[in-house]
Amino acid sequence: MDRKAILNELKKVLAPYTEDKTILEGINEQTDLIKDLKINSANLVDIIIDAESQYNIEIDFDAAEKMYNVGNCIDVIAEKMNRTA
Amino acid sequence: MGNRVVITGLGVVAPNGIGVTDFLHAIQNGISGIRFIPEFEELKFNCQVGGFPEFENEQLQGYITETSLYGLKGKGIAFGIRAALDAWVDAGNEIAGEDTLWDTGCVFGSSVADTDVIKMAITRVDAKESKKLGSRVVEQIMNSGITAYISGRLGLGNKIINNSAACATGTQSILMGYEYIKYGMAKRMVVGSCEYVDRYVFGGFDSMRVLSRKYNDEPERASRPMSASAGGFVPGSGAGALILEDLEFALARGAKIYGEVLGGATNSGGQRNGGSMTAPGAVGVVKCIEDAIADAKISTEAIDLVSGHLTATIADRLEIKNWVQALKRKEDDFPLVNSLKSMVGHSLSAAGSIEMVAAVLQLKYNFAHPNLNLEDPIPEIVDMIGTNNLPTKKIDREINTIAKANFGFGDVNSCLIISKYKA
Repeated sequence: MDRKAILNELKKVLAPYTEDKTILEGINEQTDLIKDLKINSANLVDIIIDAESQYNIEIDFDAAEKMYNVGNCIDVIAEKMNRTA
Repeated sequence: MGNRVVITGLGVVAPNGIGVTDFLHAIQNGISGIRFIPEFEELKFNCQVGGFPEFENEQLQGYITETSLYGLKGKGIAFGIRAALDAWVDAGNEIAGEDTLWDTGCVFGSSVADTDVIKMAITRVDAKESKKLGSRVVEQIMNSGITAYISGRLGLGNKIINNSAACATGTQSILMGYEYIKYGMAKRMVVGSCEYVDRYVFGGFDSMRVLSRKYNDEPERASRPMSASAGGFVPGSGAGALILEDLEFALARGAKIYGEVLGGATNSGGQRNGGSMTAPGAVGVVKCIEDAIADAKISTEAIDLVSGHLTATIADRLEIKNWVQALKRKEDDFPLVNSLKSMVGHSLSAAGSIEMVAAVLQLKYNFAHPNLNLEDPIPEIVDMIGTNNLPTKKIDREINTIAKANFGFGDVNSCLIISKYKA
């Protein structure tokens, strides 16, 4: 799965946690989850749990801390997926 | 003296009606919300009927944000949010403003945090999957979950308290809100209570053999307060909410006024002199009613209607005896008496607030709702207060003052006196 495909999948994962569906539709790798998408920081753990299930991967604490913008999320997901594959 | 406190908004999620309009129609027409519950038959409960609102959490769309609704599993919390926000809007307010409302607080009670959510957490943790619990469990299993959701949505900044006093919770929450306003600590309070009686809570009562078990094939006849053929109560669920305001504050903003809280009291018999963990002692009950009347500064003659606790157990007879003693009135001189539980069952902590919403509606629209299933009143009750004051059909009559009481496990009592607002 390339970065673009991961980003499109990631939109589905993020959808329940942001009120602004318009900004979500136009996200890019620089989009910040908290500042731009206005996601409650407590929900980041829910996003990680959902991403683990969506991509069938495990995201450890260290990796999870890096997931604050869309690009970082894709980095972590891509890395873990490669490891699994 | 203290400030006068008026009621300016109502909200309700009841087994026989969701929202004030449907609920008013139901209580005027004696519509029962008690149904046969197939799951309870499978679980081999003795009592297989209950009063559950026809309400799914999806019905909170537009009440709370989409992100907040996503992940909300707790039903008691959902009932409470719906009732509280309906009451807030009914009082003429906007739901989500930008600013913190420092002069407005919330006392909203419950008995048990959402056991469905607790069960999910227990199952996950025991399966060594605590990692998958996510961020939304804690807020829904804490008792103050309901007040956190309500105050967060409305931006309330005064006292925010979840109270718990078993079946006296709902009445007590209203009393607490009334006291804060009366003594100048708040201008406005969102008060009420919610309860979701799930299979685990229900099972506990079923095992105590205090539930109705003889009417599983006739659910609408199962809840029979004051009836000689009653054999226990029918559990229910739901929420009731009121907006209480300082009179001057309400007048200044031109609010509609349903009525006034004249006074109230809450106490405990201390589980002495006949009171116990499960039974209210007569001395405490009588004192609570007398204290409420004294706080309201009215004569007992002024009371037109008693909205009783009256659950359909052997305690009904003792309750009437206590009312007779406290009010010093009897036979045809006794006020009208009714029990909403005949229509909706007993929703534990939510009972007091749902019954208070019913009381306020009876005050505003001048009627006494019927007692369902009272074709055979307990003879000792008839000896004390006759039958003329036990309506089995709606009675249209001017209702100026109502006494409302509830009594709970732990020998706790709460009583409120409300009346029409007179300038």
